[in-house]
Amino acid sequence: MTTGTTTLTPAVVIVGAGPSGLSAARELAPKVDGGVLVLERESTAGGIPRHSDHPGYGIRDMRRFMSGPAYARRLVRQAEAAGATIRTNATVTNWAGDRVIEATTPQGRIRVEARAVVLATGARERPRPARLIPGDRARGVYTTGHLQNLVHLHHGKVGRRAVIAGAELVSWSAALTLREAGCRTVLMTTEYPRPDSYLLFSAPGRLLFGTRVATRTRVTRIIGRPALEAVEIENLDTGARRIVECDTLVLTGDWIPDHELARTGGIALDPGTKGPLVDSALRTDRPGVFAAGNVLHPVDTADIAALDGVHVARSVLAWLDGRGTPAGQVRLVADPPFRWVAPEILRPGDPAPARRRLLLWTDRHIPFPRIVLRQSGKVVASRRLWWPAAPGRVFRVPSDVLRGVDPAGGTVHVGVDA
Amino acid sequence: MNTTPSGTFDVAVIGAGIVGSAIARKLAGYELGVALLDARDDVGDGTSKANTAILHTGFDARPGTLEARLVREGYRLLSEYAGRTGIPVERTGALLVAWNAEELAALPGLREKAERNGYDRTEIVGPDEVYRQVPHLGEGALGGLTVPDESIICTWTVNLALATEAVLRGATLLLNRAVRAVEERDGVTVLRTSGGEVRARWVVNAAGLGADVIDRLFGHDRFTVTPRRGELLVYDKLARPLVDRIVLPVPTALGKGVLISPTIYGNVMLGPTAEDLTDRTDTATSAEGLAFLLGKGEKLMPELLREEVSATYAGLRAASDHADYLIEADAGRRYILAGGIRSTGLTSGMAVAEHVAELAGEAGLPLVPREDLPEPPRMPNLGEAYLRPYQDAARIAADPAYGTVVCFCERVTAGEIRDAFRSPIPPASLEGLRRRTRVMNGRCQGFFCGAEVKKLMGAAGGSAPAPCPPSPEDGR
Repeated sequence: MTTGTTTLTPAVVIVGAGPSGLSAARELAPKVDGGVLVLERESTAGGIPRHSDHPGYGIRDMRRFMSGPAYARRLVRQAEAAGATIRTNATVTNWAGDRVIEATTPQGRIRVEARAVVLATGARERPRPARLIPGDRARGVYTTGHLQNLVHLHHGKVGRRAVIAGAELVSWSAALTLREAGCRTVLMTTEYPRPDSYLLFSAPGRLLFGTRVATRTRVTRIIGRPALEAVEIENLDTGARRIVECDTLVLTGDWIPDHELARTGGIALDPGTKGPLVDSALRTDRPGVFAAGNVLHPVDTADIAALDGVHVARSVLAWLDGRGTPAGQVRLVADPPFRWVAPEILRPGDPAPARRRLLLWTDRHIPFPRIVLRQSGKVVASRRLWWPAAPGRVFRVPSDVLRGVDPAGGTVHVGVDA
Repeated sequence: MNTTPSGTFDVAVIGAGIVGSAIARKLAGYELGVALLDARDDVGDGTSKANTAILHTGFDARPGTLEARLVREGYRLLSEYAGRTGIPVERTGALLVAWNAEELAALPGLREKAERNGYDRTEIVGPDEVYRQVPHLGEGALGGLTVPDESIICTWTVNLALATEAVLRGATLLLNRAVRAVEERDGVTVLRTSGGEVRARWVVNAAGLGADVIDRLFGHDRFTVTPRRGELLVYDKLARPLVDRIVLPVPTALGKGVLISPTIYGNVMLGPTAEDLTDRTDTATSAEGLAFLLGKGEKLMPELLREEVSATYAGLRAASDHADYLIEADAGRRYILAGGIRSTGLTSGMAVAEHVAELAGEAGLPLVPREDLPEPPRMPNLGEAYLRPYQDAARIAADPAYGTVVCFCERVTAGEIRDAFRSPIPPASLEGLRRRTRVMNGRCQGFFCGAEVKKLMGAAGGSAPAPCPPSPEDGR
């Protein structure tokens, strides 16, 4: 051990103080001996909702309708009231054992030896380089996270004319932020044939913001140096390109889990979600290490992430009580048009997934999809759902479709009936 | 013999890239008043900032050229200097991979060429050894040539260390001085710049991409610089286990080709492209360039392409129509050209400086060594292979700012950002801060820390603060 390193031994350490981590902490703290420690790398706990300063938070988990920052503050208060310790400015840097992690804090390096670890590290949007958008290295290109951080937490300035790449739920959240910052959204682009958000936003949203949505369109070039002057966009069907003048470009959606800690620890990831591979109890493949929230399903709404936290807490308690992982497993795999399904593993005797829902991500809009589960080539479930599968947001399927699955059988493929 | 009351320097060096900074540092070691000029708002903001950051042995230089000699000497000088100043270097070694019969047949010739360049540690290996060394290499490699001393280095810290030491030795750094015209008045050269006149008895032209233009202002017409754009893809640190050494193609008539290399920051780089341009400032990336690299990468290392891209860069190299470095003194004009120094300038820079000093002495510049030289600076460590402040328990205990991580992806602390602004050459922009600290260079590109960094920059003073006394860094 290095000099100056403090060792802590809570029963549970939770990495990430967003909705899922804080909810897990709130549930666990009154019930475990030895304490619950939440490590948060930002200077304030609460996660992404802190800088999403518009209403719509807390619906499913708190049965309230509140703003992001108010929701974040409430989650923090609840976790602390329940007895959890939250340490901010604490960046977890590496593993030092199966359930041992090390972190950097202003108070020094700490080593945390816990009986259970919960990874609640969330997700981020892919920035420009990861999207391989060519052109000038211009100022004025943001992800939603960067933009909202800048505007809501730091009261910084953005430009006057914005283009938003994406027309998902988060894209409208970016539009709201831009409007608050006095910046007009002149165009939203989506590669899909229709805007992907809830109808709630798409139709009135367009009237409200006066924003056009260009479908089947992608941004092909960034123009302007040192500051953004315009973007070139392309119609994917016709190949026609045109220049749109703007001084702000917000790249929205295209989520990737913050899975680095899981991956550097050698924890198995799902190739679809790119988050840790988990069973319906949210166990990873390492005993005593669990995961919850949007690191598992990039990304669902904050309340769903919070309810993951409630769900994982039960599994952590079972582990601390000495209950092991049931033998046997069935793997769930998403078939196109689905990109991923979460959780990915079912075990006999395990609880149903959080909220009794399977979560999926679709690449195609299907108004009333018929979900079909096949195991070893045999259809084990087929169910019409009365809500759409839409790109850009999680598609939720009641988990009772799993009833016909043979717990001793092979891989289950989740698809749609053509 | 420093500047005279009228403000005339003994020597003005044009260009604060690696070559110009090395020259200014060298000349400031004599009893001379030295000015180091640059057109930009920071040192190392041109060709020196975006290259493949390889410290070359010079094994594949053209034997007998000035370039071959200076790269060989520069390798030795910079390796030693890196050790003294804390510039991170990793001796990863390189492996040239032959993908067809023609390339395989070229390997013995390359080995022999290396020997003629004074480098005798290459070895020809078969395909089994190639895949043992780089297990994730794409299929179809027929053989290779190992170059165990090729190394990776932090090009930003090299430039900054050399410029910082020049300043510590008393050189005057004059940024935002683009040289527009040159006049001769009573034995003094007057450089008319975008930031006012600079007067000097001697002038060294190390202007990189602009060296031919400056050369013409002195009445010469010797060469033409063509900006050659090189685009690079930088992959996430999680890709680093895929490759632990530099993987080079066998050079062909068309150039050195696309390589895969670990970076000193713990990433993996794929590139560069080579595209001749006319605009000497165009550092945009192109759809064609990125597609070309992805195509190459698919063959070289398909697994790499499944990793996330953290950054795309486009850098300009100063390609010249002259086959060798062009380093010449014009004693009559008291003017020295250090031109045509292409991408090898990172390695050769310090040797170029030695050579320039020698030429200047022969041409009549009095070189009286100073005896009161300060110690070289200790540079902050940006290398992933060495201890960084966030990992250093003792350092954090002494100063909590080193335990306050601001940039989560690159793990840059508030202490390092503060130090950069207090350093002898503080950053003038976010780009400058990124080169000094790695802040915002990571996978999220500011999703989490962009706003916080902007605030810290504002707190440090929107205009760059006046240089404070140097605080030596304990980098490693």
